[in-house]
Amino acid sequence: MRYAMAVDTKKCVGCSDCVVACQTENNVPIGFCRDWVVEVMDGSYPQLEIELRSERCNHCSNAPCVRCCPTGASHIVEGGIVLVKPTRCIGCGACIASCPYDARYPHPKGYVDKCTFCIHRVKQGMKPACVAVCPTKCMYFGDLDDPNSDVSVILKKRKSKTLIPEAGTQPQLYFLI
Amino acid sequence: MATRRQFIRISAIGAGAVMAGAAGLKLLASDLTEGQKATLAALTGRTPTYCEVCFWKCAGWVYKDEKGSIKKIIGNNEDLNCNGRFCPRGTGGVGMYHDEDRLRTPLIRVEERGKQSFREATWEEAFDYISEKIKAISAEHGPECIALFTHGSGGKYFSTLLRALGSPHIAAPSYAQCRGPREVAFQATFGEALESPEPLDIRDTKCLVLIGSHLGENMHNGQVQEMSDAIDKGATIITVDPRFSTAAGKSKYWLPIKPATDLALLLAWINVIISEELYDKPYVEKYTYGFEYLKEHVKNMTPEWAYGITTIDPTVIRETAREMANASPAVIVHPGRHVTWYGDDTQRLRAVAILNALLGSWGRRGGFFRTETFELPEPPHPAYPTPKRTWRTEFPDLYKLADTVLANGVCDATVPDPSRNCKFQAWIVNGTNLMETLPNQENTLKAIQALQLLVVVDTMPMEITGWADVVLPECTYLERYDDLRVGPHRKPQIALRSPAAEPSHNTKPAFYMARELAKRLGVIEYFPFEKIEDQLDWQLKQVGSSLEEMKRTGVKTFDRTADNLYFYPDEDVEFYTATGKIELYSTALEEAGFDPMPKYTAHEEPPAGFYRLNYGRAPMHTFSRTSNNPNLTDLMDENSVWVNPRVAKEWGLSTGQYVHLVNQDGRKSEFPIRVRVTERIRWDSVYMVHGFGHQEKKLRRCYGKGASDTNLITKVLVDPVMGGTGMRGNFVTFITDLKGEEVIS
Repeated sequence: MRYAMAVDTKKCVGCSDCVVACQTENNVPIGFCRDWVVEVMDGSYPQLEIELRSERCNHCSNAPCVRCCPTGASHIVEGGIVLVKPTRCIGCGACIASCPYDARYPHPKGYVDKCTFCIHRVKQGMKPACVAVCPTKCMYFGDLDDPNSDVSVILKKRKSKTLIPEAGTQPQLYFLI
Repeated sequence: MATRRQFIRISAIGAGAVMAGAAGLKLLASDLTEGQKATLAALTGRTPTYCEVCFWKCAGWVYKDEKGSIKKIIGNNEDLNCNGRFCPRGTGGVGMYHDEDRLRTPLIRVEERGKQSFREATWEEAFDYISEKIKAISAEHGPECIALFTHGSGGKYFSTLLRALGSPHIAAPSYAQCRGPREVAFQATFGEALESPEPLDIRDTKCLVLIGSHLGENMHNGQVQEMSDAIDKGATIITVDPRFSTAAGKSKYWLPIKPATDLALLLAWINVIISEELYDKPYVEKYTYGFEYLKEHVKNMTPEWAYGITTIDPTVIRETAREMANASPAVIVHPGRHVTWYGDDTQRLRAVAILNALLGSWGRRGGFFRTETFELPEPPHPAYPTPKRTWRTEFPDLYKLADTVLANGVCDATVPDPSRNCKFQAWIVNGTNLMETLPNQENTLKAIQALQLLVVVDTMPMEITGWADVVLPECTYLERYDDLRVGPHRKPQIALRSPAAEPSHNTKPAFYMARELAKRLGVIEYFPFEKIEDQLDWQLKQVGSSLEEMKRTGVKTFDRTADNLYFYPDEDVEFYTATGKIELYSTALEEAGFDPMPKYTAHEEPPAGFYRLNYGRAPMHTFSRTSNNPNLTDLMDENSVWVNPRVAKEWGLSTGQYVHLVNQDGRKSEFPIRVRVTERIRWDSVYMVHGFGHQEKKLRRCYGKGASDTNLITKVLVDPVMGGTGMRGNFVTFITDLKGEEVIS
């Protein structure tokens, strides 16, 4: 099993609904976020292009945050989801420094927090909160080992990219282009 | 009030407010019947509601955490407006409930030695105060001089109160400050207004044309969802906007039009479609009136003519017209929503309607579908008294096609004017921050100063609240029942709003307020049910449902009873116009003395060194009402002014710098605004998101952040057809030296 997510940049309108839905679902404190929206603009008036994408932890297969964690708080569970165990985390911030995607933040309660792919929902057969709420339905989630999962189907059909592939982290967050 | 009304910052009230709030809460709990207590206790799990953060009114479920606090709101899968997916504002609606800056207890304006302030009051005191004033005003001037401004569900009950008293003056800024010109134009053309949600079959369209409509930033949920479906299905999107909007980024064609010239482009498109015979001939022949007049009217309005006005390449005008025709009838020239721009808006929207008619999209799959609204019986009550006067008396021969009360009309008629027999003496303002809603704030203040009574009903201390004589704190939509939602859609559907929590502090629902006032004013028979839940249950039982069922399902969908969603082939359709046809040539406009077919007139251009002020929406905010919402300010807590790099270079501006804006009449922004230098805006205009620059200090998260576009809109271009307030004829320039002024950020 290998969980992954794909975000369709052709449909994303950058509304940040994913950010609010994640905050309310996961009790992310105001002022912090586990996911966020990026706008990349190219060209000059009136020859312009814009890419909007919802970003979060890439749940890398070769995760630097897990390798550098001195306490083993950062770990990988079944399906490749990268998690942090708050009780083991000492808040040293090594993982924050090592993440090329800047996907982690220091939770005011003293541990480091990040996207969990809403594993608590996924275990119950639901989609992550961001995927479920997105008004443009631009996010696809599922098991890459299952050829019929939403994410496998869309990745087969469409061209995609990952972010900073040269970092060698083998990210599992894909962007449809 | 004998002395001039002073603006009172609600922050003047200290810790006392909290104490009164707590006392009020106790009082409220003791007010509850055993049945109500049991209901509230049973409120675990999920509670159905429909959203009040904007007026799309999506139905959803409110979830609470183990401590009983409201945690999240999720869309209802069966809801036609949202299909189980809320927008960011709806998802962030929890912030409206948790906002610690909410109004907590009724307030009454008092004066001591020339200094005015609010004192905390009990509900009884507030109701007595209001009803005494209303009685006196009614006796002296007639009940017609009481007006209601409403932009919230609670307005329904105040509206019943006003009608019962004999006043027809119920105004919603959603008309003359927003959709009005569109409704009048579509009424004149197709015999029907569009209403909300609009009957646009976007999910099945092959071509979507957006004119200044920035879907995706403007987060009308169902439409954004369907635009995404259309993108999936490979639809062509054509966007006309001086700004490279989010939608422009999704478009095959972006037409970066010179602002204020859209009507010329529309007429050129009509010209191409007629001259190249691209229109839906059988449809036009069968259903429309006045084609030959139209053909003659637009014959010289060629793409080359429009090029000189709009700066859009004639080849592109032809190409896009052909794209539309290729997709016909599955094409939508989007009618927009906030369309009060230049004062000839009804005519511009007429051109939009005509274009849709020529393409045969009205009543067709992928175009405009036929809606059905659920008919819900109203609780029985005596007939309303007939008003002796209406606002029209004050405006003889003006705005003849306005089919509802104009918010700006009531405001203007309140301002003392020797030429006018002014009679408005009392305003009740429910859920709309009139200071930010109506253009020309100075005029609004003049009107307010002439009032004997201003009652503001709101959940938050907005700018309008500071001018009130009485402030009635409403509980949020998450803490109350309201009327059932019955809006039009593909199928008739009803949705329930029920409370997920007890009203916080000493707040109350509008139903309770209006009924208590009705009691004191002797019109209680218009509120036959003491409790709103009994009224809802009665209504639901008339149609074979019940409150109990709706609490379980949230929404209930019914089968269509009327005609098909689309016209049948060759169906004989009777349109509700004078000719019974789709009027390309409008007999109604002609009769009222206006152009029966739209004509382009040039609008004023910015003077040297000035830029046209354009404004719009951000997907995470609704008007000015969400600016203090903790969840939503977390996403965006101030607006910025978008400036083209060419302009930035000329003024030496860079992104992140703060400037003041000053308009053509010398009106300066209240607060400095951050500059965003971007290629996404034309060099002849600037852009900002509406709803920022709050002056009310009690709004602690948003006070002083960003600038208010409304504050800079001093020039209003009034639509002679229906009184809409065109707001895009204002020009601003920069003050780059802040002279050491502190920036709040």
